Amino acid sequence: MRLHNIRVTLAVVFFTLITALLLDFSGTLHHWLGWMAKIQFLPAVLALNVAVIVGLVILTLIFGRIYCSVICPLGVLQDVISRLHTWRKKDRFSYSPAITWLRLVMLVVLVVALIAGIVSIAALIAPYSSYGRMVNNLLQPLYLWCNNGLAAIAEHYDSYAFYSREVWLKSLPTFIIALVTFIIIAVLAWRGGRTYCNTICPVGTVLGYIAKFSWLKVRFDEEKCKNCSRCTKNCKSSCIDYKSHTVDYTRCVTCGECLTKCKFDALYYGRAKKQEASDTKPKPSAEKSEPDTMRRAFIVGGAIMAADAALAQAGKKVDGGLAAIQDKTIPKRTTPLTPPGSVSVRNMYQHCTACQLCVSQCPNDVLRPSGDLLTLMQPTMSYERGFCRPECNRCSQVCPAGAIRPISIVDKSSTQIGHAVWIKENCVVLTDGVSCGNCARHCPSGAIMMTPVDPDDDLSPMVPAIDAAKCIGCGACEYVCPARPLGAIYVEGHEVHKTI
Amino acid sequence: MNNNNYTRRKFLKALGLGTATVATPAIVSCATGDEKPVASEQEPPVGKMTYRTNPKTGDKVSILGYGMMRLPTLDAGGGSAREEKDAEIDQEMVNRQVDYAIEHGVNYFDTSPAYCRGRSEHATGIALSRHKRDEFFIATKLSNFAPETHSRQAGIEMFQNSLKELQVDYIDYLLLHAIGGGDDAMAVFNERYIDNGILDYLVEQREQGTIRNLGFSYHGDIAIFDHALKMHDDGKVKWDFVQIELNYLDWKFADEINDSNTDAEYLYTELVKRDIPAVIMEPLLGGRLANLPDPLAAKLLRRDPEHSVASWAFRYAGTFPKVLTVLSGMTYMEHLKENLCTYSPLKPLTDEEMRFLESIASEYVGYNIIPCNDCKYCMPCPYGIDIPAIFVHYNKCLTEGNVPREMEQPDYFKARRAFLIGYDRSVPKLRQADHCIGCGHCQPHCPQRIRIPQELHRISRYVDALKSGDNDNLKDIVLDTNE
Repeated sequence: MRLHNIRVTLAVVFFTLITALLLDFSGTLHHWLGWMAKIQFLPAVLALNVAVIVGLVILTLIFGRIYCSVICPLGVLQDVISRLHTWRKKDRFSYSPAITWLRLVMLVVLVVALIAGIVSIAALIAPYSSYGRMVNNLLQPLYLWCNNGLAAIAEHYDSYAFYSREVWLKSLPTFIIALVTFIIIAVLAWRGGRTYCNTICPVGTVLGYIAKFSWLKVRFDEEKCKNCSRCTKNCKSSCIDYKSHTVDYTRCVTCGECLTKCKFDALYYGRAKKQEASDTKPKPSAEKSEPDTMRRAFIVGGAIMAADAALAQAGKKVDGGLAAIQDKTIPKRTTPLTPPGSVSVRNMYQHCTACQLCVSQCPNDVLRPSGDLLTLMQPTMSYERGFCRPECNRCSQVCPAGAIRPISIVDKSSTQIGHAVWIKENCVVLTDGVSCGNCARHCPSGAIMMTPVDPDDDLSPMVPAIDAAKCIGCGACEYVCPARPLGAIYVEGHEVHKTI
Repeated sequence: MNNNNYTRRKFLKALGLGTATVATPAIVSCATGDEKPVASEQEPPVGKMTYRTNPKTGDKVSILGYGMMRLPTLDAGGGSAREEKDAEIDQEMVNRQVDYAIEHGVNYFDTSPAYCRGRSEHATGIALSRHKRDEFFIATKLSNFAPETHSRQAGIEMFQNSLKELQVDYIDYLLLHAIGGGDDAMAVFNERYIDNGILDYLVEQREQGTIRNLGFSYHGDIAIFDHALKMHDDGKVKWDFVQIELNYLDWKFADEINDSNTDAEYLYTELVKRDIPAVIMEPLLGGRLANLPDPLAAKLLRRDPEHSVASWAFRYAGTFPKVLTVLSGMTYMEHLKENLCTYSPLKPLTDEEMRFLESIASEYVGYNIIPCNDCKYCMPCPYGIDIPAIFVHYNKCLTEGNVPREMEQPDYFKARRAFLIGYDRSVPKLRQADHCIGCGHCQPHCPQRIRIPQELHRISRYVDALKSGDNDNLKDIVLDTNE
């Protein structure tokens, strides 16, 4: 009874806080709660965070799979859904044997994907990532709409307590995956409790085999047991066989439900009468291999527009009104842009578990999940809605997986993640015959200078020339470039970031 | 690859309906002076309006003129996004307010083919057609700003169209619209009105009675004002009235705020010399004189707690005896009622009160407020910038003390938050100052001759410094009004 209550309380607290962390866009919570993402198992493995891994293994060796029923938000989510069903239908579970082959296959898939460097596949079945995606794609829009409602109310009262944030679909494939994952998880949890955790989840499998050797376990006191089957019928892991008085410890998440349900005190959580020897723990290796870097031909902005493209401004006859602003097209980048701190594209995509925490946090709407097959759902950058502002390093602070490593503001300002490329055909100086220079005006590193388009004629229109060695790839130029839908300046990513 | 279908930027004109919301002046009791307020305190009295006489025609013109440049729109007031300016004019509201104004003695209505994205004349016509033609005077303009309207034919069409839209067969007051603008103001003036014979045509129309009074409105280059008056002196064309900007800030400080502008004192004095009545525009400077910086507003309210800050400005403009009428772009019924109270009847300012307002003006100059009156002549910007919204926000923050100059000041974080959040609320991101490319298309259209691109770039630098915490520069950017 006591164990169960403590477990549920802890789980609710963890679950609420980590959800809040994933929802928060204001950048305040991660100072306090950032550690909650960092103690997640798979991100810790990918970050080679030895302290966390050892800590979690020891935790499991002492208490069993308590990780799965307290720390893992996806596990708690399933408990919530399962409990909704149990309210309507009591004693609904039954014992079923483990589907060991499927568990091992999933584990192998994960390990192979990690070794092959296709982390995006691993991210599909990793529990924390799945939960992060659901929150980011399904819950955060609702959260933002509520926030925006409050912001509208605040605005009405001239208060600045809330500010509005744009809600936009960052990646359709990721949204669909998040939705499908949620439906699958919800259905599985509704029907069979922890089915996902005990047949698919590779983290559950690893911890399960460690938990076999845990010190404290749920055990039968066979003398007291009346074979009433209440424990089995209330075990959402379907791992208690009351007939043989056995518990499958690879599947037991030590939720404590059976202890509260047993009327005869026949189950207890504690040490065994005879000590069991602990074994060396298996652990998925995070070996790295050469990843595929996607190369795509970049074709400069397509058709070159007619030369008679003089500015249509002469038509101003009346006052007021706003010119329509076309949406910008995302430029095709040969190398994807990854945020400062990610060290290299390879590092980024080999460590990222696609939990979307950085995407949730990005205050400038720069990060969004990639739609590319090999890096699916892992974040990439683009600058239609903002640029990677010099004072922000939030993504590097929150990343639990070591994909974006902590980077100071000062280091960020000298970290080159890419370089700007000018597309002459799109530049409004030439297409509209206006003076511009907005890219140069906003370049924080002085990498763009305006030069006459005809080097021999100082009076010819001034166009940007980029000193790529100075450019850090922040995208200020791309964001403020007036050429639409295709900008006249965009940032090409670098495979390996360097300090300038 | 895709992206081959690059479509050219389309300069969609006249899409956002620009109805300005002049900052709402505080509504205060209608009691004027020693009169006790009657039963309904906010209701202006009927039959108390002050009138001025047009020396030529003997027209009795109400001292309050209705400016039809800031008409109410259907969605006005709901939501924050200026994008909603696409809204249509709220004709029902226009009708109600016009009826109310006429009932309370207003008889001068001032519009233009350019106002409200070109819809003002039509709406004004509908509202006024419901009244007897001798109950109102109508003023409109020949707003041939665009080069393709410079031809004689286009000018005549514009005038004829005004008659049609306004549903009248004569115009009481016709103005050459905003002479003195453009880089080479003299060339622009000649091209718009002289070389094409349009001025001759208008004089002809006056002889035929289609125009009862001919005048001009003036902003900008003083040489054009002098030139036009010289034409009057030489007998080339007699001006029946002239529309100028006059308020307690422009009286002596117009040239201090922008050295290319001329003090209203000079303009008004020149008109008085010639016995030409003056029609006053911008008595409130687009609402700026209704929203003074807090310390200044406090001084006015302390002196007269029962009357609004705005009412001082209206009384100021009306105090000059040669003023025929004072135009106010009254978007809301509250504006109308308050102004009716101020002018029913006008209680002229004493000399001491005039000096008091001039002292307020001299203090106001120190705030470095951008002299934007939100008239939207600069709009639409071909690159989609919402220029007046940016200036209005910046000025609002200045007057409210939300433009922090250094991190050490006590309310720095509060002010910073108010500035940045308010900025995003007032102006969508892609229409903010950082997207101004400095093409300069807006520049010639600004009647206040604000160096728009420079000011936008300055605001952009300021926002950037605020966001990045680069606080060393804040003060320099705020004070550096001319880049």
